[in-house]
Amino acid sequence: MQQDTIEQRPDAAADWPDQIYDLLKLHNIRQVALVPDAGHSRLIKRCIADNTMKVVTLTTEEEGVAMMAGAWLGGDRSVLLMQSSGVGNCINMLTLSSIHRTPMPMIVTMRGDFGEFNPAQIAMGNATQAVLEAMGTLVKRADTPEDVAPTVDATLRMAFNTFRPTATLLGQRLLGAKTFGKD
Amino acid sequence: MLTKSGKLDRRALCTAVLSDRGDMLVIAGLGAPAWDITAVGDCAENLPLWGGMGGAAMMGLGLALAQPSRTVLVITGDGEMLMGLGALATIAVSRTPNLSILVQDNEHYGETGMQETATKHGVDLVGMARAAGFPHTMLVTTPDEIPALRAAIHAKNGPLFAVAKIDAGTLPLVLPPREGAYLQARMREAVLGKAAHTA
Repeated sequence: MQQDTIEQRPDAAADWPDQIYDLLKLHNIRQVALVPDAGHSRLIKRCIADNTMKVVTLTTEEEGVAMMAGAWLGGDRSVLLMQSSGVGNCINMLTLSSIHRTPMPMIVTMRGDFGEFNPAQIAMGNATQAVLEAMGTLVKRADTPEDVAPTVDATLRMAFNTFRPTATLLGQRLLGAKTFGKD
Repeated sequence: MLTKSGKLDRRALCTAVLSDRGDMLVIAGLGAPAWDITAVGDCAENLPLWGGMGGAAMMGLGLALAQPSRTVLVITGDGEMLMGLGALATIAVSRTPNLSILVQDNEHYGETGMQETATKHGVDLVGMARAAGFPHTMLVTTPDEIPALRAAIHAKNGPLFAVAKIDAGTLPLVLPPREGAYLQARMREAVLGKAAHTA
């Protein structure tokens, strides 16, 4: 039954969300744009609790792409947190990175990826990596807890060192079972 | 400044809004607003957009959050703003005081053959911004309202959302540089100094 849950989030013992938060701090991320996802819930809480981070909840993910462009114009490093379905909302706006050579790191929790229950998630989940790469994004996957920190670290480094969109896809194998409200 | 249509001339409006601009950073939405700010005077503190339709206001939010002490103005068109209406909610909730959005509303898609936009048919962008929770909104239809608009932009107690009803006439193209990496780098250098290029 655990594979059939509607929303999945990391179990309380998993510390990879905290490792992502530590990497955001290490790389001096000052703006966090997000559309909530259960898989990011713990990371979002950590970011909101950090008063050196400006956290903006978006109405649609493409807003976050534009916000990252503005943040970089003003000297802030930023990141976009979203679910794979939101990637589809971002595609044309990623043009901004291509025009201006703007660093745009994204951390994407996957649905429709591995053992998905909801048919509506499949089309976008299956297309997520392809459409990001079609827009010039460097995409890396993390499917085990051990993969998360090095992959997110690489995603942040490659965005800010080479001036382009980059993404870590956090696979559905990683995201774990429903916690029945215990986070 | 009023045209034969009884509406504001877009370039005269831009000239007035950008006069004595101080430390203001300006993002212009693609199309005529980008040509307008360039006609007034191209400079490093201007970021005229060539794409990213629907994203100008949110770019302004990122910039305003990064530079809270500076005045940030987004000048864009009604078609561009209509494509990103969710940003009205996002920006209103952000309560970013140094961000202003000025929509030059000619009620048409000017770059694609002057098709009518939703504002031509009664959609009230100022009302939408007010309902989203913008603490300051303005509708500007006459030249004598422009000093108050300028004052509100510089007051930095926003976010401010303003619509100026402008004449739909097409003016001569005044194109900004097309190399986006240059446009971004020059504004970063204007804001951050040479360190912008080694950050």
